Amino acid sequence: MSFVFYLIAALTLAGGLAAVLLRNTVHCALALTVAFAGLALLFLGLDAQFAGFAQILIYIGAVAILVVFAILLTRSSETMQEGVFSKSWFAGLVIAAGVFAVLGWAVLESAHALPFETAAPRVTVRDIGNALVGRYVLPLEIVALLLTAATIGAVIVALHEKERAR
Amino acid sequence: MAAASISVTLDQIFVLLRDWLVHFLPAALRPFASVVLGVVAIVAVFPGLFALTTVFERKGLGRMQNRLGPNRVGPFGFFQPIADGIKSLTKEDVIPFRADAAVHFLAPLVLVVAVFMGFAVLPVGRNMVLVDMDAGLLFFFAMGASTELSVFMAGWSSRNKYSILGAMRAVGQMISYEVPLLLSSVAVVMITGSLSLTKIVAAQNQYTGIFPHWYVFTPWGFAAFLMFAIAATAETNRTPFDLPEGESELVAGYFTEYSGFKFALFFLGEYLGMFSISGLGATLFFGGWSAPLSFLNVIPSWIWFFAKVMAAIFVFIWMRGTLPRLRQDQLMNFAWKFVLPFTLLDLMVTALWRFMGEGWARWVVCTAILAGAYVLMGRTAMQQKKFGPRSYRYAE
Repeated sequence: MSFVFYLIAALTLAGGLAAVLLRNTVHCALALTVAFAGLALLFLGLDAQFAGFAQILIYIGAVAILVVFAILLTRSSETMQEGVFSKSWFAGLVIAAGVFAVLGWAVLESAHALPFETAAPRVTVRDIGNALVGRYVLPLEIVALLLTAATIGAVIVALHEKERAR
Repeated sequence: MAAASISVTLDQIFVLLRDWLVHFLPAALRPFASVVLGVVAIVAVFPGLFALTTVFERKGLGRMQNRLGPNRVGPFGFFQPIADGIKSLTKEDVIPFRADAAVHFLAPLVLVVAVFMGFAVLPVGRNMVLVDMDAGLLFFFAMGASTELSVFMAGWSSRNKYSILGAMRAVGQMISYEVPLLLSSVAVVMITGSLSLTKIVAAQNQYTGIFPHWYVFTPWGFAAFLMFAIAATAETNRTPFDLPEGESELVAGYFTEYSGFKFALFFLGEYLGMFSISGLGATLFFGGWSAPLSFLNVIPSWIWFFAKVMAAIFVFIWMRGTLPRLRQDQLMNFAWKFVLPFTLLDLMVTALWRFMGEGWARWVVCTAILAGAYVLMGRTAMQQKKFGPRSYRYAE
């Protein structure tokens, strides 16, 4: 377990670092998919099949594709001549560190909030489905509403551009 | 009695063969060795099927176009794939000067690996599945989604306008049709109550009299199967959805700049994708390895699976010989304005079917809703079109 874990963790970190350090934007996007794949493998290593496969399906199959599409459509796929650090790198660093600190704090604190379990829980896809439409139905519906709003927004943006072109 | 036991032995012959081969090894190595044997079987059988299919396709298309097709190599041209294989292995591997060499090299590998992974969860016969996963269907779609990335990598890294156009078309098409592909399979999951492909087959492997409980014989299942078949054809870039590699427009689309063995890998990946999506369609709607009539169960289950896959391949070839290619806007309109709404409606109907209970009432209601919606959507879509004599904008 531990050797495989370190191998996958190294792969994920390498993918993430390459995503911010490479010069070519498309290479960055492809490196990001390596990081996504590493995360999916970590989920699978924890025996969380649903999360792992959903990670591959959504992040590699859809998000990464949309990222590269956006890069190609906005003509920013040319390699940058100057360095990879932007002018506001310090602010970016502070924000990233802040987000990381909040997430890390939340994860570490949640360990106290949950009951201590000796055996690894057996979670099937059926349990996840029951939880989603049972206990967590309100967050699910809110996310659905958000996505619907985003879809309508996207359609309106597209309509607007079409009218302007005429 | 003897006949029955022979039929059971034949049905399980590959499982027995695997166990017999494995028992020579020490007990600690046996689980590992049986997995390796399963992988070897998949890696050997499906490319073999690919070689056969290429020659069948060329002969079948030749027949439809009133010509002979390949007939020079071996009897009736059946050794043509061997000649093609030697040709692609000995050809020079050209990498364009401006190409992104690393991504250009990785693209065909990512495609073939991702496509092969999909076969891991397909039950090709009774007790014949490499990994029986709880979330098998999700695994299959996750692997299928990864192929899109390789298509983009191939098109982008070639630095060729045909390649990039082909890749953009392919990715747009695959994303659009992936939604109905997934949603039409969700109908099956709703009825079975499981994402495991073996459980989906087991749920269909029951008979009323001599007729099987295949999902395609129910109103919602038939509608879901039609939508699945359309989306699967688009996902595999087959005619009439072959815009990404339309020879008359884009040379070869995203793999224009590939030659030799890498070109062969793309070709292999495309056909393996056809096999795996056909296998999934057979598993979801046609009972996987179960026999079409109860008394035909004496014929081994794996024969039924491969017969169903090859029947689907024949339909693919038949459509290629029959239908013209769609235009990009027709493709997108069809996906988002017909296939997707109809799939969503089918999900509702499936839920209705699930909660109406046994009896003839649900047959009538579900069929009426689906048929009515189909006719209504077809009529309204057709009324918006103005059909008239063909007009030429530039050619006159």
